Amino acid sequence: MVEFVNLTLSGITSGMVYAAVALALVLIWRATRIVNFAQGGMLMLTTFLAWSVIDRGGSYWVALAVALIAGLALGAIVERIVIRPVENKPPLNAVIVTLGLLVVLQAVAGMIWGGQPRSYPPAFTIQGFKLGETGLLLSPFDLFVIGAVAVVMVALILLFRRTDLGLKLRASAFAPEVARLLGVRVGRMLTLGWALAAVVGSLAGVLIAPSVFVGPNQFDAVLVFGFTAAVIGGLDSPVGAVVGGLVLGCALSYVTGYISSDIVTLGALAALITVLMVRPNGLFATSAGRRV
Amino acid sequence: MLELRELVVAYGAVRALDGVSLTAAKGGITAVLGANGAGKTTLLRAVSGLVRPRSGEVLLDGRDIGRLPAEEITRLGVAHVPESGGVIIELTVEENLRLGGLWRRENAALRRQISEIYDLFPPLRVRQGRVAATLSGGERQMLALGRALVSRPRLLLMDEPSLGLAPRVAAQIMAVLRRQRDEQGLTVVLVEQNARSALSVADHAVVLSLGSVAAEIAQGEAIDDRLRHAYLGF
Ligand SMILES: Nc1ncnc2c1ncn2[C@@H]1O[C@H](COP(=O)(O)OP(=O)(O)OP(=O)(O)O)[C@@H](O)[C@H]1O
Ligand SMILES: [Mg+2]
Repeated sequence: MVEFVNLTLSGITSGMVYAAVALALVLIWRATRIVNFAQGGMLMLTTFLAWSVIDRGGSYWVALAVALIAGLALGAIVERIVIRPVENKPPLNAVIVTLGLLVVLQAVAGMIWGGQPRSYPPAFTIQGFKLGETGLLLSPFDLFVIGAVAVVMVALILLFRRTDLGLKLRASAFAPEVARLLGVRVGRMLTLGWALAAVVGSLAGVLIAPSVFVGPNQFDAVLVFGFTAAVIGGLDSPVGAVVGGLVLGCALSYVTGYISSDIVTLGALAALITVLMVRPNGLFATSAGRRV
Repeated sequence: MLELRELVVAYGAVRALDGVSLTAAKGGITAVLGANGAGKTTLLRAVSGLVRPRSGEVLLDGRDIGRLPAEEITRLGVAHVPESGGVIIELTVEENLRLGGLWRRENAALRRQISEIYDLFPPLRVRQGRVAATLSGGERQMLALGRALVSRPRLLLMDEPSLGLAPRVAAQIMAVLRRQRDEQGLTVVLVEQNARSALSVADHAVVLSLGSVAAEIAQGEAIDDRLRHAYLGF
């Protein structure tokens, strides 16, 4: 019983990080119908920037701020320069471009920081809480991870649901041509959408860095899990991304705890296939009948 | 208000508009009639900036807007209700209406406008919190027109608003157009295949055929049978 609780707790913590990566992918998919394979590279780069700040003696919080601001800028720049030319082109163009960008980002990071993984400090202790004699797999830092992702998610929900800017963002994603006819500057909304997604990705990078270390290829698995979570959630639904992340995080945690950590990737695949067999469009598929 | 001069629009090798010239006078309703594929929709899309003319001019109060992006043309006071309305089905009725007037950045005025639209189309008020996907065809057309009017446009482009509507609802839409013209001085370009319905409100009509203007009809002019049979189908 204690083991089950502990595995669940640790599953929720890593699930929140997968949820953040999934959310970054979903925001972009909704707005542009592009799967951003470069997301892992983008958050790798911003996490490296944060690492440099800490390496030079900067505080954790300054480093976090640097990562988030760099993510905002990087997302906007990538959309403007790399993605804009392939929007509304055959999907394969975008796949090639985002994969190419991933390779470039990893090469650049390798040149600047080298291939050796670097350790990254947590914001708070990773010593687990204790319940009487039993140690819990939940630390102050884990609480911080869960809280930080939750705060960002609530902020995003409020932005999309409650503000005029969010209304314009949603309209641009659902019906870009109609949005333009209503005076919405859709190009700007896409840039902003990419920037917001990259911020969420950057947060995930910094939060997961203490456990995966920082290196050009250290975040590949996180991206795969984030993508799996997004697909489980339906790829179109931000809420689905979060639920998908939590489901996947717990599933992987149980696999690691009860079977073996060697087969977590297999566990991710199993979770994905199970969900897709029950709900082929993901748990939260909504827009099966768009394009009226 | 709106003047087209020798407008040519082509999709690849297909010339959808082949040198169209016409004038829509301020405060009047100009009907654009014609069979399927005549180029009516293309004409509206060229005015609102959704397609680039290959040559010719689109003049709005004398200014050539033919190369402006659609969102900027909207901000000059041109509202375009596309074929089948273009209601955003994932958004609520209220959100659709709000979106129509956001670019003016006048929140208080926008609320007032939305409330006026609800007075104009009471079924929309009842359904304001529902997503537009749940609306009937007639309600969607009301929402589409309401959303265009929310921005208090100078020029309204309507693409087949009566398509698939019960005659009573179509007549209601036409009545709203007539009222907007009479009370607000709104200029309307009304594309219709249903010539009878369009001519009931139009001050002037243009008949398109294969991308060219085949005939013009002034208000009250008797429509001769040849024209009727060739282009109008009634
Ligand atoms: N996106 C497009 N690509 C290629 N050809 C097009 C496109 N849109 C329209 N056309 C062609 O241009 C011509 C005019 O089309 P348009 O839609 O303007 O006609 P319409 O008068 O609105 O017809 P309808 O009454 O059926 O709506 C047609 O021959 C059509 O096939
Ligand atoms: Mg048409």
